Amino acid sequence: MQTTGSPEITTKSSDPVIVVLQLSGGNDYLNTVVPHADPLYKDYRPIVNVADEDVLHLDDQIGFHPSMGPIQKMYQDGNVAILHGVGYENSPRSHFRSMDIWHTCEPETLGTEGWLARIVRDIDPNKENVVTAVSMGPSLFRALVGPGVPVATVENINSYGMLTGLTPEEKLNRVLTRYRRMYSPAIGSGKVMDYLGQTGLDALKGADILAAAPANYTSDVEYADSSVGKKLKGIAQIHLAGLGSRVFYLDHSGFDTHADQIATHARLWSEVSTAIQDFFDDLEAHNAADNVVMFLFSEFGRRVYDNGAGTDHGAGGVCLAIGKGVKGGQYGEYPSTKTSDLDQGDLVPGTDFRSIYTTLVEDWMGLDPISVVGGNFEKPEFITR
Amino acid sequence: MSDNDLKLMAHLMRRAGFGASRDELERRVETGYDQTVDELLNPDSQTPVDYYEFLRYYPLWWKPGTMGGLGHAGWVWRMINTQATLQEKLCLFYHQLFATGVAKVDHYDEIEDMIDMFREKGMGSYKTILMEIAHSPAMLFWLDNHENHATSVNENWGRELLELFTMGVSNYTETDVRECSRAFTGWTLSHKLPRFHMGRWDWEFEYRPEDHDAGEKQFLGHTGNFDGEEIIDIILAQPATATFIARHLYSFFVADEPQVPAWSVTPPNNPEAVQAIADNLMASDYHIGTALKFILTSDFFKESVFAKVKNPTEVVIGTLRLVGNTERPSPETMQWATDITNMGQDLLNPPSVEGWHSGIEWINSGTLMKRTNFTAELISDRSRPGVTSILDRVMAAGNSPEALVDACLDVMGPLEIAPESRLELIEHATALANENTNGNGAKNTDSISTISEILQLIVSLREFQFA
Repeated sequence: MQTTGSPEITTKSSDPVIVVLQLSGGNDYLNTVVPHADPLYKDYRPIVNVADEDVLHLDDQIGFHPSMGPIQKMYQDGNVAILHGVGYENSPRSHFRSMDIWHTCEPETLGTEGWLARIVRDIDPNKENVVTAVSMGPSLFRALVGPGVPVATVENINSYGMLTGLTPEEKLNRVLTRYRRMYSPAIGSGKVMDYLGQTGLDALKGADILAAAPANYTSDVEYADSSVGKKLKGIAQIHLAGLGSRVFYLDHSGFDTHADQIATHARLWSEVSTAIQDFFDDLEAHNAADNVVMFLFSEFGRRVYDNGAGTDHGAGGVCLAIGKGVKGGQYGEYPSTKTSDLDQGDLVPGTDFRSIYTTLVEDWMGLDPISVVGGNFEKPEFITR
Repeated sequence: MSDNDLKLMAHLMRRAGFGASRDELERRVETGYDQTVDELLNPDSQTPVDYYEFLRYYPLWWKPGTMGGLGHAGWVWRMINTQATLQEKLCLFYHQLFATGVAKVDHYDEIEDMIDMFREKGMGSYKTILMEIAHSPAMLFWLDNHENHATSVNENWGRELLELFTMGVSNYTETDVRECSRAFTGWTLSHKLPRFHMGRWDWEFEYRPEDHDAGEKQFLGHTGNFDGEEIIDIILAQPATATFIARHLYSFFVADEPQVPAWSVTPPNNPEAVQAIADNLMASDYHIGTALKFILTSDFFKESVFAKVKNPTEVVIGTLRLVGNTERPSPETMQWATDITNMGQDLLNPPSVEGWHSGIEWINSGTLMKRTNFTAELISDRSRPGVTSILDRVMAAGNSPEALVDACLDVMGPLEIAPESRLELIEHATALANENTNGNGAKNTDSISTISEILQLIVSLREFQFA
């Protein structure tokens, strides 16, 4: 562990925090929020369906997938907003392109700057906190990429840091001490060397700050053993350490269920739901849940007709917002499933994803949404803050 | 063999390849600098990579399609193992210049076809490359030329052809963009649908004469019923085109320039060198091999040691070629391909048609950490033949901390570092030596660990980020 004393805490514990959970691959809307009363549902889904008796009914129209028990409970407690029919016009049905659009808010042109990077810049324009944004997992998601925006990408909170492959600890500390000296501003000259020096020291500082998180963490909550559970546990540790991190990102992949959807989709939602429950239970036990909203999205929903074993790429999907700051309920309309209303066999989204972002940015994070999402969008009011 | 020859050869191999082991550098110094340049420019003289070897292990990579995030793994394996390093480096150059990505094209296959074309034709005429690109289904779709019709012009391809691939902004008018785009109407692709149920067919170029605007066009001072090829000929006759391509070559092979969008307002760091490359291009009718030979044998190239920040591909491939035991396609190969992505360069999926911002913009706190950890782990893996060879060479150099540090710096580059950094390393080696010496003044056996630790510090140096 590369600790160098306690970090400075520059934020209030009540500052709003957003956790974005990306369901990679294209989550099937129809089998996540099942329109069980819709007679067309079984016509479209003769094989890849959720049996009516298994659906976790929310009302006389819709219900959750049976793996989503924990989320149903939170919904009943009024802490889950179901955001119906979210997407954008002319969905390309491409994983890559769709994900890009969600990340950059640029459905027309190729964007290079992430919407969350813009949030981070607004929160911390002077880059005073190098861990304002933390991405859990090895990838640097485009949503978090922006010029000069520091992001900690943490694959594993317990081994995060510079040169952490070095063992034993004595050796690591010895090498890092030397590293610090070699990165000192006194050495080298010129803009590029200065920038590299500052970046190296920032990286060390971020690692030091984050290293304190698991060390100070204790909890009675035992997270279920899944990759998404591990990531959320890491986020809980950082959040509970009060390091001023305001934006967290993680993904869970495998939702591209062209085949074997029934078993796969059930497993994925079981992992996700359980992990989310563990996460909020953990925060609640530490009295630190009030300022956290989690937002779940996927790059697109899936084709209305099943293909016999799974479903293919579609358009409109469903998002969820979870947390005490959320005004529970349903927002927007479930898109019409009438065959004549489908677009190339897909649900037509009735809500632009940037509307949802607008609510999150303005009502939850308290920032100007227009510069973040690139325009004025009507916002559904699913935040109580 | 003089130190200077070795340093120069190392420089050449970093730029015209991905770096080389000391054994390879010594062998090449024996061959001679100019002869090595000639070899690099004649990839057919090298034993080619047997791509079927890769496909035997990973048959899905024959057509990676929409495979999530790993479609570039086959190319990565080639870069790790090729003997014709300049050929692959040039593919990387063109991929950065004609940046095309699965974010829109959706399918790796057509972009891989583009890379294959760069591999096959990259050292030839730039006009050939432009014509191939103008016929590339991936590019036509990427820049919407399939939506460019005689009756409704879509200017995306026409504009980028001028702005990014040939002349650079401020050298043409909006009318030129329009007229250029008109000349490419009807240049489209077939089989763009269906995508669903039955997968997707390979795309092919298709010319639709009924959708081509064959009318008169006024383009860059010329008037005629131009089609796409004639437009390209007119573009290539512009001195601005030669200068623009020259600056690209300079920025990629010689020394980092500002980002491309700044070029119209920021002069080159070395205008004489760029002009010399441009003159060479004009004289050779844009023969890229000729221009590369001119660059690699020029004084301005030889004087530009460590004037570039390594891109992520150079970091990963360079490290792997140094440590060795990388030939067999394996899950490690896949991991290395992912490592490049995680360092900020998702090959075959650049962030936009402008390609990646390069130079110092590769570095942020996250990517710097990944770069450092990646190389530090491999350089201390004593199971790898390249590492053993480095350790042997350093062991043979003598016992004093100074000798050890200098030998490490020598065999890792030779690297040039700030004198203060060298002193820090010597201090570190001295401290370790004292620790390794027992009370009787006898030396402990652990000098390999000392060397290993110094090597890890060296790859963590700021100076190590440069090529």
